[in-house]
Amino acid sequence: MNMQSPEPETVVTDEDTGTRPLLSVEDLQTYFFTDEGTIKAVDGASFDVYPGRTLGIVGESGCGKSITAKSILQIIDNPGLIVGGQVKLSSNGDASKNLLEMEPNGEEIRSIRGGEISMIFQEPMTSFSPIHTFGNQIIEAIRLHSSLDKEEAHELAVDWLRRVEIPSPEQRMSEYPYQFSGGQRQRAMIAMALCTEPRILIADEPTTALDVTTQAQILDILQTLQKQNDMSIIFITHDLGVIAEVADVVAVMYLGKVVEIGPVESIFSSPKHPYTKALLSSMPTIDAAPRERMPSITGAIPHPQNRPSGCSFHPRCPSYMSDICGLKEPELVSVGTDQQTSCFLYGRD
Amino acid sequence: MESNPVEQELAPEIEDIVEERISVASQRQLIWWRFRKHRVAVVATALIVIFYTIVIFADFLATNVPEDSEAFRGLMPPQQVHIFDGWKPSPHVCAVTGARNPITFQKDYVTDCTEKIQVRLFGRGYDYKLFGVIPTDRHLIGMSDDTLRPEDYIYILGTDKQGRDMYSRLLFGTRISLTIGLFGVALSLVLGIVLGAISGFYGGLIDNLIQRLVEIVRSIPSIPLYMGMAAAFPSDWSILKIYFAITIIISLFAWTDLARVVRGRFLTMRDEDFVTAAMLSGASQRRIIFRHMLPSFYSHIIAAATLALPLMIIAETTLSFLGLGLRPPAISWGTLLQDAQNVQTIALTPWLMIPALPVILVILALNFMGDGLRDAADPYSN
Amino acid sequence: MLGYLIRRLFYAVLAVWAVSIISFFIINLPPGDYVTSYIAQLAIQGNIIGEEEAESLREYYGLDQPNYVQYLKWMNQIRQGNLGFSFEFGLPVNDVIGERLVLTMILALATIVFIWIAAIPIGILSAVRQYSIWDHTFTFFGFVGLAVPDFMLALIMMYFSFVLFDFSVGGLFSPEYVTASWSLGRGLDLAQHMIIPIIILGTAGTASLIRITRANLLDELRKPYVATARAKGMSEWRLILKYPVRMALNPAISLTAYILPFLVSGSIVVSVVLGLPTVGPILLKALVAQDMFLAGGIILLIGWMTVVGTFLSDLLLVWADPRVKFEGR
Repeated sequence: MNMQSPEPETVVTDEDTGTRPLLSVEDLQTYFFTDEGTIKAVDGASFDVYPGRTLGIVGESGCGKSITAKSILQIIDNPGLIVGGQVKLSSNGDASKNLLEMEPNGEEIRSIRGGEISMIFQEPMTSFSPIHTFGNQIIEAIRLHSSLDKEEAHELAVDWLRRVEIPSPEQRMSEYPYQFSGGQRQRAMIAMALCTEPRILIADEPTTALDVTTQAQILDILQTLQKQNDMSIIFITHDLGVIAEVADVVAVMYLGKVVEIGPVESIFSSPKHPYTKALLSSMPTIDAAPRERMPSITGAIPHPQNRPSGCSFHPRCPSYMSDICGLKEPELVSVGTDQQTSCFLYGRD
Repeated sequence: MESNPVEQELAPEIEDIVEERISVASQRQLIWWRFRKHRVAVVATALIVIFYTIVIFADFLATNVPEDSEAFRGLMPPQQVHIFDGWKPSPHVCAVTGARNPITFQKDYVTDCTEKIQVRLFGRGYDYKLFGVIPTDRHLIGMSDDTLRPEDYIYILGTDKQGRDMYSRLLFGTRISLTIGLFGVALSLVLGIVLGAISGFYGGLIDNLIQRLVEIVRSIPSIPLYMGMAAAFPSDWSILKIYFAITIIISLFAWTDLARVVRGRFLTMRDEDFVTAAMLSGASQRRIIFRHMLPSFYSHIIAAATLALPLMIIAETTLSFLGLGLRPPAISWGTLLQDAQNVQTIALTPWLMIPALPVILVILALNFMGDGLRDAADPYSN
Repeated sequence: MLGYLIRRLFYAVLAVWAVSIISFFIINLPPGDYVTSYIAQLAIQGNIIGEEEAESLREYYGLDQPNYVQYLKWMNQIRQGNLGFSFEFGLPVNDVIGERLVLTMILALATIVFIWIAAIPIGILSAVRQYSIWDHTFTFFGFVGLAVPDFMLALIMMYFSFVLFDFSVGGLFSPEYVTASWSLGRGLDLAQHMIIPIIILGTAGTASLIRITRANLLDELRKPYVATARAKGMSEWRLILKYPVRMALNPAISLTAYILPFLVSGSIVVSVVLGLPTVGPILLKALVAQDMFLAGGIILLIGWMTVVGTFLSDLLLVWADPRVKFEGR
């Protein structure tokens, strides 16, 4: 993916339009309690999602971005537990509901799952049941959140398959997942997620398992459908190039925390956090001098059970300050218009 | 963009000591560590070790000569060993006299505690040769040092119909029951590994043929066939011959599971890079199979073998119980249970069922041990 | 799918043929033939048979022909529905076997149903509530069930029911129904008596199936499609039953096919211990007496029934798993 500064399209801030966030995640904490110890997969993630906008969450594998997404809908597997934070979803009018306060697997959150907030996953092959037809699975999603009868649901499903550009949708309804190609499966997953017209779509690495061409097509479809339905997207990936293309706002995560968040151009053109800088500079560019050694971030990601004290990035940080970085944890501070970062370089407490 | 990041001294928390250790530990160490975590499997293994110790030390642990029969003391209930005599610690057994009840025609045994038989650890008993070499008469549980009279022998678990000591017979039965299984497993291993390896490595038609064979063998009920074959043994065959013949028969059916495991592993491994590398460097196929592929799943084979052992034991025990397996005077748990075949016998003399206990224990222990081994066998699967 | 079925049918036929060869082989294993033991038996009773008479007897029973001829003759007989003559009982083999074979099969099939009904819900519960007290309890009982050989379990149950309940376990019919013809009453009586043998026979199989179901379900529960279903907003139990359980059931069905031979084997031993009027006790008798036609006939029939049963459950597997239908594997 070519790495250039993206076109300054539609940058939205709350100062610009004055809209309130559709979804507001505050200080989310999800821990895994295993025999070998407690793993703090997400340890203080905060971000907002605005109507019709795309929030990109980016970070290396294991930084907790998938878990964050799953925590929003409370679909964490054992032995994970959400231990703190709030996830506020605004409904019509002023009131907002805290999703984390809802009973896990209770009726309320189940109506939100797949209803107001849908999710698509990384591996389209294994994300569908291999022994049920597509039609069966899509219709199920429709009827869970509407009162349509079987025929009406069937019609709607076919219509959606058409909208995601799957050829001969009528026929596909009675076929099984293994009869589809990877790209088609992902489209079918998108159809299944969007046929209930959610306000927010959480896309967990939807293109990672696909080849580049298919990737472009999927991104296209997503953006088209987003515009058509005025939907917000939370797009999770480790691919900076994809983020540059789809996101309006970017949140960078490291070891379970959001270390920087801001509009996509600002993040790419003037990253503030040392990790973000290192991440961006470690991408291979066509402009690099030949035979120049590829820059990489020193050290390795620490084992989640051996989190460094203080700022979790400090052992690998080129701007490490020995008097504070290993001792205190930084909070998110404002470093520009709508850009925030958690680093002591920009203000000690 | 920042200039080259300066190498910083890594904070102590980063030094993932655990990761270091794991990355340099040998495969065997990894397997051992994982196995250790299964506490049940470890306990089970200890139990198995104890049992095999009994196999070696049967004579030492026994109190009576197993074949020693005396109708007089037939069907005697277990004798209780009293540790204390009044207040003094003085292990003893009360003497027992038996008389035939004139009404029921059954033996009534009466304990007479005025006559005490002193019992002590490492006491004297019958003569035997430890390890088959060293002549001695010391036993774990024996009588005191003065002259040993025939009435001094004790029967901790009672006697069978012919008055033979159940406890000693049980100990000796362990020998045959546990070793027959070993030979059987060894045979099945050979058959299973060879056929499984050929099947998995070559694939194609050979694989198909062998798989069909496996299926056919598996779809035939085994016990009627065991019975049929065992019934065919001429009655003049020596016990040893029968012993081996039974082993062979049981192995003919038991190899299929092992073959399946081996084949499965070969199939997955065939496509691994290290095999391709070996082939490219010109190694012969036999060498590839035996020196490259086989060693990487010794642990799986051991696990499968451990799980096959209980089947052998059950098969032999069942056959002997039915009278089709080993015959007297051979002693195995199965032959011991022959006496416990109907309700009346069991109701009146329940101690005849005691040989069932070691069978259950050993099978349970072997299953747990095999499970633990199987889980630990793939140290890289984490 | 058709290809798959034809292949299974072919292997079943092969297995059937193999069974017949093996049975014949077994029959002829004992040294000497029936005539020898017949003569010995008569000798004990004081009747001496001369050489010539022995020869003619052999000729009459076809025992002087080479093996393969005897085999073919025997197969031919069987094709005509005649299993030969039982010397031990002095009756045609068909009569001796009588309804015993049917009862053996009823017992085996009923045990399979029991295993399914018992093991699947327990397996599901164990997996969904992993590490709970139920899980540990069932796992423990499962292990015990696997470890105790059938005949031993039979002995133990006999003992306890006799000592504790003064109830004599044994037989499949109450005295008044033994020789009666089939009726609803007889059927109910049979069902009642079958309970204990079924439990005894089914323990090992139930234990196996619980373990397999639990293990497979645990695997499936971690898979992405379960997360997808949850993200759609399905209720927990509904999604568990609809998706991962269905997937985990497939190995369970394969297991059933595998279990049938063991059940038949086990029923032989258990019927000897409990004195059930199935095929087991007379097989034992036949083998001990080296009664060739009877023993061989029983082994043959049992083998065939088992192979057929296994084939039928292959059919079931095909119906249950659409992937097998299309991929043929």
